[in-house]
Amino acid sequence: MTEAILDRLGRLGRFFWSGWAGLAGLSLLAALWQAGHEAYGDFILPAPAATLRAAWDLLAEPKHWDIALATIRRAMQGFALAAALGTATGLAAGYSPATMRIARPLLTILIGVPPIAWIVLAMIWFGSTDGTIATTVVVAAAPVVFVGAAEGAATRDRSLDDMARVFGASALFRLRSIGLRHVAAHLFPALALALGSAIKVAVMAELLANTGGIGGALASARANLDIAAALAWVLLAVGALIMLEYGVLHPIRAEFERWREAARPWGVKR
Amino acid sequence: MNALTLRAVGHAFFGRTVLDGIDLAVATGEIVALVGPSGCGKSTLVHIAAGLVEPSRGQVARGYRQHGMVFQEPRLLPWAKARDNIAYPLRISGPRRAERRRLAEAAAERVAFAAEDLDKYPAELSGGMRQRVAIARALVGEPDFLYFDEPFTALDVALKRRMQDLVIEAARKARFAALFVTHDLAEAARIAHRIAVLDAGGRGIAGFRALPGAPGERDARLLFDLVQHFEHADALFRHIHDVDERRIA
Repeated sequence: MTEAILDRLGRLGRFFWSGWAGLAGLSLLAALWQAGHEAYGDFILPAPAATLRAAWDLLAEPKHWDIALATIRRAMQGFALAAALGTATGLAAGYSPATMRIARPLLTILIGVPPIAWIVLAMIWFGSTDGTIATTVVVAAAPVVFVGAAEGAATRDRSLDDMARVFGASALFRLRSIGLRHVAAHLFPALALALGSAIKVAVMAELLANTGGIGGALASARANLDIAAALAWVLLAVGALIMLEYGVLHPIRAEFERWREAARPWGVKR
Repeated sequence: MNALTLRAVGHAFFGRTVLDGIDLAVATGEIVALVGPSGCGKSTLVHIAAGLVEPSRGQVARGYRQHGMVFQEPRLLPWAKARDNIAYPLRISGPRRAERRRLAEAAAERVAFAAEDLDKYPAELSGGMRQRVAIARALVGEPDFLYFDEPFTALDVALKRRMQDLVIEAARKARFAALFVTHDLAEAARIAHRIAVLDAGGRGIAGFRALPGAPGERDARLLFDLVQHFEHADALFRHIHDVDERRIA
């Protein structure tokens, strides 16, 4: 028991420790940004420190929290729907080649239509509501999840399936104990990608559909030529994505993929 | 009542017949080694007998209660620890968690798998240890019939002997019947009560040879003489080392 807790603490510690490397990468970006600021001046590109301060000031006001949370809520609605839809159809396609053949061209069309067009259509269908944003997000994010799930299901290890059948496992038990575990390895990168595009598309749709949220705030910053505020809102949107990805998605993934950790050679992990 | 009876079993992949007219019976508690040249359909036959492949013709009558199988590769779940891999068949048949744990540990002990390695993942185990886990997994449900599909081909000579001893020992204790596919006559002579030779083209069983004594009681001299006799004096085994590359795929 204590061993399990220690193991968990150790992995948690390593997870946080790996944050330093991420921080180093971000600092590099900040340095470039600072150089740009010094070359072009405050109006074109405010300093990173000033932007950080502006973002902090934004967060000090409760009404700005509501704006940010509105965007996150819409993005998560769309993401949850896209994840459920993409996983279900992806599994079906991965297990049944006929479904795959039917789904492929639909997927091409879905990917081929630009998100802007979907926003226009969704605005006509749903007006300036959450539905418009969520629909656009689903259309943008579901294909990625679908491909991940389908690829995972199609490349599953059939010899393990046979092994389970020999020992009398039902189809459902095989799906649960073998199929889904294998799909998960392909699904998580797809989900991370879908999550990122969910937030990006949500902000863009808000801006175009004029439905408030971070996109709405960006629109008014543009109208006022307030570069500092615009950058601050971008910073907040990215911050929300980082929180969701590293706070929710990665811990779940780490739980599923503990065996990969064990398979790595001794020494530097991740 | 035989543990396993195959009657006029035949099979074809995409219209190409690979097996035809196979009649084979395994008595209760008997270990039959199935030998034949590479690509003659031994594996397919075992998969048919175990119910993994539906035969195109003929019948399979299973008189045993439950079977287990050891494959050529260990076929372990890479994301599960050795303990959970061994216990996998129990998750299907349903004892409780604590009971599964106890049975898995007992099965690991029977194949001399160290208890401290039970919490390792397959990637952390050597080839021999993985195959031990696979044997323990086959034994854990107390089956009365076991299928072996060339299980030790990838192991070195010393390890192979050790694994064969494990199987002989387990068979003596648990008294299961088995169909053991191999292309190694020495292995067949050590492990089996009887050898069945599959026809090189998969057209029926070419013949049977009963082995003297019981598995595990034959000494090295006797085994050597048996294999020499089979290879050089017995016409039944003439094609055993033929390799037709086109048929292996």
